[in-house]
Amino acid sequence: MSLISTILGRLVKAVITLLAIAVLNFFLIHAAPGDPAAVLAGEAGAADPLFIEQLRARFGLDQPFHIQLWTYVKNVMMLDLGYSFRQGAPVIELIADRLPATLLLTLSAFVISLSLGIALGVAAAARVGRVSDSLLTTLALLFYATPLYWAALMAVLVFSVQLGWLPGFGYETVGSGYSGLARAWDILQHLILPAMTLGLFFMAVYMRMTRASMLEVSQMDFVKTARAKGLSGPVIRRRHILRNALLPVVTLAGLQAGQLIGGAVLTETVFAWPGIGRLMFESLGARDYNTILGVFLVSAAMVILFNILTDIVYRIVDPRIGAKT
Amino acid sequence: MSNAILSIHDLTIDLPRGADRPHAVEDVSFDLNTGEILCVVGESGSGKSMTANALMGLLPDGVTVGKGRAMFDGADVLTLSEVKKQAMRGARIGMIFQEPMTALNPLMRIGEQIAEVFEAHKLHTRAERRARALALVKEVGLPDPEKIVRAYPFQLSGGQRQRAMIAMALALEPEILIADEPTTALDVTTQAQILRLILALRDDRGMAVMFITHDFGVVAEIADRVIVMRHGLIVEAGMAQQVLESPQHDYTRALLDAIPTGKVPELAAVHAPPALEIRNLNKIYRTGGGLFRTGREVRAVNDVTLTIAKGEVVGLVGESGSGKSTLGRAVVRLVTPDSGQVLVGGVDLAALDTAELRKQRHRVQMVFQDPYASLNPRHRVLRSLSDGPIAKGVPKAQANARARELLDIVGLGADAATRFPHEFSGGQRQRIGIARALAMDPELIIADEAVSALDVSIQAQVLELLAELRRKMGLSILFITHDLRVAAQVCDRIAVMQHGRLVEVGAVRDVFHSPKETYTRELLAAVPGAKWAVDTAVTKQGAPA
Repeated sequence: MSLISTILGRLVKAVITLLAIAVLNFFLIHAAPGDPAAVLAGEAGAADPLFIEQLRARFGLDQPFHIQLWTYVKNVMMLDLGYSFRQGAPVIELIADRLPATLLLTLSAFVISLSLGIALGVAAAARVGRVSDSLLTTLALLFYATPLYWAALMAVLVFSVQLGWLPGFGYETVGSGYSGLARAWDILQHLILPAMTLGLFFMAVYMRMTRASMLEVSQMDFVKTARAKGLSGPVIRRRHILRNALLPVVTLAGLQAGQLIGGAVLTETVFAWPGIGRLMFESLGARDYNTILGVFLVSAAMVILFNILTDIVYRIVDPRIGAKT
Repeated sequence: MSNAILSIHDLTIDLPRGADRPHAVEDVSFDLNTGEILCVVGESGSGKSMTANALMGLLPDGVTVGKGRAMFDGADVLTLSEVKKQAMRGARIGMIFQEPMTALNPLMRIGEQIAEVFEAHKLHTRAERRARALALVKEVGLPDPEKIVRAYPFQLSGGQRQRAMIAMALALEPEILIADEPTTALDVTTQAQILRLILALRDDRGMAVMFITHDFGVVAEIADRVIVMRHGLIVEAGMAQQVLESPQHDYTRALLDAIPTGKVPELAAVHAPPALEIRNLNKIYRTGGGLFRTGREVRAVNDVTLTIAKGEVVGLVGESGSGKSTLGRAVVRLVTPDSGQVLVGGVDLAALDTAELRKQRHRVQMVFQDPYASLNPRHRVLRSLSDGPIAKGVPKAQANARARELLDIVGLGADAATRFPHEFSGGQRQRIGIARALAMDPELIIADEAVSALDVSIQAQVLELLAELRRKMGLSILFITHDLRVAAQVCDRIAVMQHGRLVEVGAVRDVFHSPKETYTRELLAAVPGAKWAVDTAVTKQGAPA
């Protein structure tokens, strides 16, 4: 069974799942207190019955239920996620506006955490029982146990307020008029603190998992076989232990990657990072249903996408998967 | 003595504090000669594997060489630096291990894993390594070498993996090959092939082989000399024939006696009506199958018809993958057959719905292979035994009393009831497993490889218990095993299974002495030490009791 047919199969399933989520979204709108027209009218600041009727007609809310459902699903399929009255813009534009910032933050954090976590996990496992191992594991425990928002605030206090090394909030210097490389450098400086804060937490998770997995794999029979061949310690660790030990880490990374959009709410809030997480947070407070549901749908699509990517990575790393027939 | 390639003097291996004894191996001395196969025999915990690992410098953490020397080519391999040990491993002493399933890296191609041996010792170019790996794959008799070098371990059978292991161990033509139970996990026919391969390689290359085993059948097949170990001590050493024919030490004699021999029991009187009637049973496994592909079918049980009379023990033998376990599970309805009938006491278990099945389940009970995994580690033995009867509606006090009684019957004593499974040894746990099955008052017991995981001497005790229970209680047993010698000892009739079909069914005497089917003959011929076992059986039976 080839990789391509697997991916095709997964894509078909993904479309079905997304459709199901869209339908679920539709029911969620209807489960909200009052009908959407009343909510919209409330948002618009006027609740006179005639206006509500007009709204109903305009949004097709006077249509039979199944036709409404069809219209909604059709709109979603055409990437029309509705209009945010609160923000006065189509939801799809709001999300498209915020998505790059969030992805920049979460992907950097993801890369930092994964690479550092695996490297430190391997280092700790190679020195198991020694002082350096204890130091590393204690450090990891510390990062793991520290609440994200607290770590974020401390980072701002120390590096931004006290030392003044890095900007403490925002995505770029407002009104600076930078462009090109200068702008990229500006954004990078803004990125460091939030990305490190978010990354260190996950780094701790990956490090602990890599370490435990390395130690477990190093007890396996094939490692003894490798030693009996006369291979040196570093080669055995890299080629035999690490490759096998990474399998559970890949699983975990896949799960975390699914959280890339919604998982940074706290960090985005503390650092005033203009991302999806904050958009969702604000919309929740404002009962901006269309935006919330739009974010929901896009997050779901992201989870599905990263699941497929994880599966592909997994098949490349582990030849046993998908080769059963 | 002069041609000894390896001489071990007073080797003592220390176990970490808190182990059940201070030394894994104590004052062990022996020589290994060029071109000879030396079998080191002993049960689990005898220290035989530790000795081998010490030579390779592969002792587990916390286990250290206490004293002694192992002289190989003028140097003591026990005190070599790690760098020199690395250079020696693979190049001068090769090693193969017991578990072909786990001893290969699952993520690397076979060819790469063989070529790695050359790389470890910085020999040859990349292309030469590949070519040599291919040549080795050919030499160890693997089919379609071009394909095998590109395959991953999971694509190979157990026997093929063991051949690949041997190819790795032989890559640099070591002077010594250490084989640690290399055939224990394999089927008889595969085992016979691997043993022949090792013999042939020894003859071709003249290397010395240290062959660790618990099986005297294997010893009879390949050994030149034998060392018997027990609790870390050598209790007997000598030429193979001498040790097999006139063992000096009581322990060796006990081990040899414990081996189920070709001795054939009397046919038990068979009473109608039958305890079990299997009629035209079928079970097909479908694997794979999905959105874009069609599945594959395996006929695990293919139109099987078999009857077991009340009080009869029928042995179901066959290689792994022959469907014997599936058949056993279908009889207990752990697996639902696709078609056919399983009549136990007139009830067709195969046709019952879930609710009815729960009421009838007690009729057939199973004793599983792994005594460690088949008891709930968090339950006291009493609960494991009485849960079933209580669920069936037996009053609690009565069920508990019966459980204690059964523990007494299986030789553990009623006190065992309040203890946890981990407090017992493997043999004792299997006794608990038998008591658990009996607690349900079954009409039929399915014993699925019930003694396969046990050491020979323990195996003999458990088999004796089964024989005794059978005499006392008139048990009907379907005894599933891959070990023909065990089957011959306990069964009245033997059913031979291959590819999901019963190829031969008959009285033990007939099947063993005049097998009708080719496959049965092959199976019998593959039993290690087959000729030797039959010879000793004859002498044993001939001797006055």
